[in-house]
Amino acid sequence: MSTQIEQQETEEQEQETEVESPGDRRRAQKREREAKRQAQRETEEATLDDEETVLLKVFRYDPEVEGKQEPRFDDFRVPFHKGMTVLDALIYARDTYDSSLTFRHSCRQAVCGSDALFINGRQRLGCKTQMADLESPVRIEPLPHQEVIKDLVVDMEHFYDQMHAVEPYFDADELPEDGLEEQRQSRENREKVKMSTRCIWCGACMSSCNIAAGDNKYLGPAAINKAYRFAMDEREGENRKHERLRIIEQEHGVWRCQTQFSCTEVCPKDIPLTEHIQELKREAVKNNLKFW
Amino acid sequence: MSQSFNRGTVEDFGRWREFSAGMWAWIFHKFTGWVLVGYLFTHIAVLSTSLGGDELYTSTLQGLEALLVVRFLEVGLLAVAVFHILNGVRLLMVDLGVGLEAQDKSFYASMVLTGAITVASIPTFLGGPLA
Ligand code: HEM
Ligand code: SF4
Ligand code: FES
Repeated sequence: MSTQIEQQETEEQEQETEVESPGDRRRAQKREREAKRQAQRETEEATLDDEETVLLKVFRYDPEVEGKQEPRFDDFRVPFHKGMTVLDALIYARDTYDSSLTFRHSCRQAVCGSDALFINGRQRLGCKTQMADLESPVRIEPLPHQEVIKDLVVDMEHFYDQMHAVEPYFDADELPEDGLEEQRQSRENREKVKMSTRCIWCGACMSSCNIAAGDNKYLGPAAINKAYRFAMDEREGENRKHERLRIIEQEHGVWRCQTQFSCTEVCPKDIPLTEHIQELKREAVKNNLKFW
Repeated sequence: MSQSFNRGTVEDFGRWREFSAGMWAWIFHKFTGWVLVGYLFTHIAVLSTSLGGDELYTSTLQGLEALLVVRFLEVGLLAVAVFHILNGVRLLMVDLGVGLEAQDKSFYASMVLTGAITVASIPTFLGGPLA
């Protein structure tokens, strides 16, 4: 960035003069930077008047800073461009107006699952949601039913715990003799688990679920979907499948699901979560009821 | 995640709008189910007056039917029962994995049908003279 280079240059110049104490110098630099930033902000805000802009209302909260402990909404007006996503808008607001605005993001292409947010009353990925599709002002909040750490960042630990609880790794009853041979899956079987493999661990589904909100121990849609992905994989074998079904049919497993479909509606990867949960319920019943 | 963070007044505002078809269906199904259980008890109580003889039973029923509130409650009971049955069938389909893509439409259909049947029942329940 050009500003950084400029700052370095001023530092060098001032070191040459060497009349002030280092503290004075730093304070002067700080004042200068602040003035520059202020001027930049003003010009940007002024130029925004002739541009198409969008208004963000962003949830702010920081338990570590006095004066920010009471949750509030901050307004940010950002220039709109075609194809702009909510994440783009947040990045603009952070980089231009307030560098303390905190949110997770990484891939910017709906792959890493870092930026599930509560946008205009719904769990969505910031990077997959077009600003053009949203009603203004755009309200951006952290995922509901999770502890807020700061601004838009929530604690995902519990979600990860639930994901790990279903043992989310391929674990076949029998391995090929030499242990190196490929373990092939039939095309049909691949089709069966295909959608369930798409989960990016974003936590949107869990956050949207009324049942998960009221029952902390409920495995939740994402974890059950993970279990589905492996239970339905024919290469693992019958024994492993029974073990997997035993995990998901526990008290806080599939039977907590009340088929409200909220998870299916919010999943950014279009995984038919409720369908998978229902299928596992039927599998669990078949697993236990044997009249023949 | 029951220890949901208290976001103050900003938390609750407009929360009900986040509800989707499936959530409303769930709430209504619970509500109607428990109303029906409640009715079951009143129903048994009223019917058991017949143990006190024909006359008591007849006069109890006539007395109840003479009250306008009871007539309205009957309309309400019908609405609740019809919705519970229609949505109950919907839930059975969901449990069997049939037509999951249409789960929201089938909820709206239950609502509309319940409304229509309830309206159609009004002449029957409210029509007769309040003796
Ligand atoms: C044809 C008639 C009925 C049908 C098809 C039906 C269907 C259902 C179904 C499928 C459920 C379970 C929903 C779920 O998956 O969680 C349910 C729940 C329930 N039903 Fe019914 N039902 C009928 C009549 C009744 C009657 C007559 C009563 C009352 C005496 C009743 C009381 C309840 C209650 C209390 C629940 C549980 C609600 C809750 O989740 O707390 N139902 N019904
Ligand atoms: S199932 Fe969908 S909503 Fe849930 S964590 Fe995975 S990608 Fe996100
Ligand atoms: S930034 Fe990776 S999913 Fe949005």
